[in-house]
Amino acid sequence: MQDLDEFRQQVSDWLRANRPTEPDFLLPESFMEVGSDAQFNYLRDWQRKVYEAGYLGMTWPAAYGGGGKPQVYQDIVNAEMARQKVPFVPNTIGLSWAGPLILEIGSEAQKQRYIRGMLSGDEIWCQGFSEPDQGSDLANCQTRAVRVADSSGDHYLINGAKIWTSLGQYAKYMILLARTNPQEKRYAGLSYFLIPMDAPGISTRPIRKLTGEYGFTQTFFDNARVPADGLMGREGEGWQIAMKTLTFERGAAGGQAGGLNRMHLGIEDLVELARRSKRDGEPAINDPLVRDQLVRFIIEAQGDRLCGARARLPALCSERPDAIPLSNKLRVTEHARRMFQFSSSLQGANAARWVGDAQAVDGGKWQRGYFNSFSATIGGGPSQIQANIVGERVLGLPKD
Amino acid sequence: MRPLDTRIHFSDEQAMLLESATSFCRERSPSAAVRSLLHAESGFDAGVWAQIAELGWLGIAVPEALGGSGLSLGHAAVIAEPMGRHLLASPFTSSQLCSQGLLAGASAAQQALWLPRLCQGTVASVALFEDEGSWDLTRPQASAQTQGASIRLHGHKTLVTDAAAAELLLVSVWHDGAPALVLLPCTDLPAHALQREVVIDETQRCYRLALDGITLPAEALITGEAALAALQAMREAAWLLASASAAGGLAGVLDVTVDYLNTRSAFGRKIGSYQALKHGCAELLCTLERARSHVAHAASLLIDGLDAEVALRMAKAEAGDGLVQGGDRGVQFHGGFGFTYDCDAQLYLRRGLWLQAWFGDAAHQRSRLAELLFAA
Repeated sequence: MQDLDEFRQQVSDWLRANRPTEPDFLLPESFMEVGSDAQFNYLRDWQRKVYEAGYLGMTWPAAYGGGGKPQVYQDIVNAEMARQKVPFVPNTIGLSWAGPLILEIGSEAQKQRYIRGMLSGDEIWCQGFSEPDQGSDLANCQTRAVRVADSSGDHYLINGAKIWTSLGQYAKYMILLARTNPQEKRYAGLSYFLIPMDAPGISTRPIRKLTGEYGFTQTFFDNARVPADGLMGREGEGWQIAMKTLTFERGAAGGQAGGLNRMHLGIEDLVELARRSKRDGEPAINDPLVRDQLVRFIIEAQGDRLCGARARLPALCSERPDAIPLSNKLRVTEHARRMFQFSSSLQGANAARWVGDAQAVDGGKWQRGYFNSFSATIGGGPSQIQANIVGERVLGLPKD
Repeated sequence: MRPLDTRIHFSDEQAMLLESATSFCRERSPSAAVRSLLHAESGFDAGVWAQIAELGWLGIAVPEALGGSGLSLGHAAVIAEPMGRHLLASPFTSSQLCSQGLLAGASAAQQALWLPRLCQGTVASVALFEDEGSWDLTRPQASAQTQGASIRLHGHKTLVTDAAAAELLLVSVWHDGAPALVLLPCTDLPAHALQREVVIDETQRCYRLALDGITLPAEALITGEAALAALQAMREAAWLLASASAAGGLAGVLDVTVDYLNTRSAFGRKIGSYQALKHGCAELLCTLERARSHVAHAASLLIDGLDAEVALRMAKAEAGDGLVQGGDRGVQFHGGFGFTYDCDAQLYLRRGLWLQAWFGDAAHQRSRLAELLFAA
């Protein structure tokens, strides 16, 4: 305990001394929102600094560049970072999804090759799962991968397109889901690859979001040649490996490298905004209608946190064990969207301002947060699909 | 904003209790039984009540020395949820409130006299509300005046649940410039002191209690800090049991509704396949999960002996409104059948409207929560 307290103090001191100075531009909210080189470089430099100080990947094996320490150390670092609200580390797909996956099922060569650069931020990772024409239906993946062995070695030729590739223009590697067997219509014909983004035949095109910012790309594969040793597992195991990736993505499986993965903007910040905002010369937080609405959001947010605690007790979830996990995304993301929408009403006439305006409240991050909150209510299956899942799989209602 | 605790625990003992309470309520309180009691004068089945006493549920939050099993009120929530789910009618909640009031404020002699009997099935209740309908329990208009070794009561109370079946009422009165409580044995009630009231939830039995002319020995009075502690204990018990019962009711009405959506067809398909109805049910499920989590958390704090006011008010706001919304959507989603008395959705809607207003509706709770959470 003594050691841990000392460690916490040491982390706290280091963060205070080393946090980067506030930039003169608004930082993105998460790795999905990195839209400019200035934002990217700022965050990548920060990740490198954190890694070099030994505060990232603390539980990952030292042989591959990790710290080889117990989880409690990384937990302390994460908590201190959240407390001091330092910037997030941008290589999320590597640190939280691809990294844990490679460490669990990758080959020794893959671990040696990928883990260190992922932690330092020198090698950024992106994900190629969703496709332009398939929406939420991942199993219907149409991007093709065909194995070819010729004079230049053992390769796969990739053809097709992926969409919503966060950090696509900065990434060195991609985790890719592609169809190796077109005879199998759905799950069975899929395979999973680690591919270099600089392979010939891969190109990206930025997607402009409703915020006006960039952050995603569309990624095109035109007879792209990628090394065959990038195949994870065997051909046909892509779906299982993608599902395993999703358990890391949802944080259900642990094993993440740590660090913050987004700018936190929650109900506590909204309450604080209400304290600072004025209505008829009074703090907005004294307005009964504002108070009522804030407490509604607090009760909901607390309810969702408590659902997380209750989900760990099977005896309290025996009636419908899937109810909490399968309703979580619907509850949490819709709550966030409504909360951001409400934040405008705390800003008076200044709610009309936008990012880049000198008088925008908090640099416009509430307005931008509202727009970006749709990435969560839409991404990973829109709320309306989630409500179908809850209705059908949790409540047992018939399919359409 | 002050940070919020997020503990939830649930012992094997609670899990067993939940299991037995769930099957008991399902077996003893099917819809036909609920409906047969709606217009019976007593409002509950004495045989079922005797079994509840035999199971030891009435003394669950009473110390062993006083005839109970020495657990906490947090454990009683486990029983209240299935009771709410199956709309099981009984004076359970009334009696629990009285027990909690006695434990927090009564003298050792009063506790020794009454609590063992309450644990055995003697019905008791509390008389805390008045005509104004205020949820502030510390300013009663009814009064008690000391006259030598006696006290004389004046005024009246309303919405006294299960009073006709009760042998003891714990009555709030104004005494000597402060709120106080009186232990009123029902054998001392004059004829016509109780008048039945018509309330929205037909599973409840409510009475107006006229106090004028009642004289009791001065020892019947609880005053000062003890009275405040008892008022607080009754209020917290009401919040917890109402929240648990409302969460159970929401689960119940969701079941009734989903069953119907899986049975009824329109335009050539089961109506549950229509997304307009499916999404409405999914929304209720989300509310149910949050409400249950709030209840489990508040119960955990009480079991740990910690301040649970914030958690209880949140649970009451979420579960109370949740059941009203569940009943409301339940009626609507049943279509024409939902508009009839025969559809069970109305039973849950009525229960929801009863529980929502009982000991503070959601807007009231949120207003108090704002004071608790936003204090500088």
